[in-house]
Amino acid sequence: MPDRKTIGVLALQGAFARHIDVVKSLGVSTVELRDPDDLPGINALIIPGGESTAMSKMLVRWGLIEPLQKLIKGGLPVFGTCAGLILLADRLKDWDALPRLGGLNITVARNAYGRQLDSFEASLNITIPGSPEFSESAMEGVFIRAPRIPADSVGSGVEVLCSYDGFPVLVRQENILGAAFHPELTGDNRLHEWFLREIINP
Amino acid sequence: MSEKIWSGRQSSEWRKNVGLAEMLKGGVIMDVVTPEQAVIAAEAGASAVMALERVPADIRADGGVSRMSDPKMIKGIQEAVSIPVMAKCRIGHFMEARILEALGVDFIDESEVLTPADDQYHVDKTSFKVPFVCGCRNLGEALRRIGEGAVMIRTKGEAGTGDVIEAVRHMRTLMDEIHVLTVMPKDQLMSAARDMGAPYDLVEEVARIGRLPVPNFSAGGVATPADAALMMHLGAESVFVGSGIFKSGDPARRAKAIVEAVTNYKDPAKLAEISEDLGEPMVGINCDDLSEKERLASRGW
Repeated sequence: MPDRKTIGVLALQGAFARHIDVVKSLGVSTVELRDPDDLPGINALIIPGGESTAMSKMLVRWGLIEPLQKLIKGGLPVFGTCAGLILLADRLKDWDALPRLGGLNITVARNAYGRQLDSFEASLNITIPGSPEFSESAMEGVFIRAPRIPADSVGSGVEVLCSYDGFPVLVRQENILGAAFHPELTGDNRLHEWFLREIINP
Repeated sequence: MSEKIWSGRQSSEWRKNVGLAEMLKGGVIMDVVTPEQAVIAAEAGASAVMALERVPADIRADGGVSRMSDPKMIKGIQEAVSIPVMAKCRIGHFMEARILEALGVDFIDESEVLTPADDQYHVDKTSFKVPFVCGCRNLGEALRRIGEGAVMIRTKGEAGTGDVIEAVRHMRTLMDEIHVLTVMPKDQLMSAARDMGAPYDLVEEVARIGRLPVPNFSAGGVATPADAALMMHLGAESVFVGSGIFKSGDPARRAKAIVEAVTNYKDPAKLAEISEDLGEPMVGINCDDLSEKERLASRGW
């Protein structure tokens, strides 16, 4: 999918390099975002997994929260995975004071599945009308000290694209896509392709 | 992808454990000895903490046998912070490792900083569910540890010195040896594997992909934001800081500065701002003044 668009990948901490590898393999250029000066020229944003507390500190330190919130409100396509989902949540269980971007009308519970020994993989059945590539086979979801979205916390405007074990794990609200798992780690790029196609170039 | 290709392994344990190592990239893992220090580290933006009873500088000063930490102390740190908690076991001490696994630590460091329990063998890390990180001084040592199941490598440096020279030496050695493999004709790889004492399949893979098949971090001697940035430029994907933070004059500020330096290692102007007015760094020991038996890095087989 060759495209002249540029995807900004938040590179404050975490698995940003893996997202960059995936996006590049799909023929789209990327830029590492660490500073408001890096923002002009980006057409979309990916927020990787990592430690949400560490990323939050850096968002504050380098003055990224307000400019990013403004861009997201203005329709900038965003894809957040794991810690990225936490940073995009309007509400956090237990630690709502964590400075973050918000935008997704959901509540997220951090580390709700437990410690690393409780990390797991699961086959995910993603259902997106008009996107048959997801019905061909399940996607493997790697959940690493993953956040959880209580089903009753999903507010208006949010579509649940996939649930596992009774909990939403993939959600979309207009220009914002959030996953509790790590599609950048498995080599199955369907979700990144879909994000590029449906959200960035609808 | 075939299970023979380490970096493409598809087993669940491997993927989620290498995955956690991936999540720790671009960050700082800090040694802490109390829950209060763990909170300071997390507040500063540490991506994980290493719970231990004494920082390496004190282990060096106190002498004697250094062992796994008291589980009570580890639990206190687990309760104090939400970021991953690592803990150290002695080289080859698989029962300390089992105990740490039972405690639910997020990562075990089979570490030369503690007194080795076995003078020939390391822990068989493939038999654990919990991920392991191990130290190395060169590529052969790194690949032996990966062959035993480590999902993260850290170059050893010389812990508890505040002198970065050994960290630089080990990272340069590792990166140079990786580079040499990438340009080596295939018919020489078996002899290279023999010479460095490393599994052939891993040697062949490193030659092909030009990097370790697991994340590669740096440890042992980082004391300043500039040290951290230096290690990132030399090839580290994250930095462990032991004594450098809590043996300095103002740990909270220094911790925050080192975290910021790892993110902004390519930006000297920001590094200048970050490095300003941090108070006294740890006093440190010049590595050249250490005798061979005082060097922790030579532990490991």
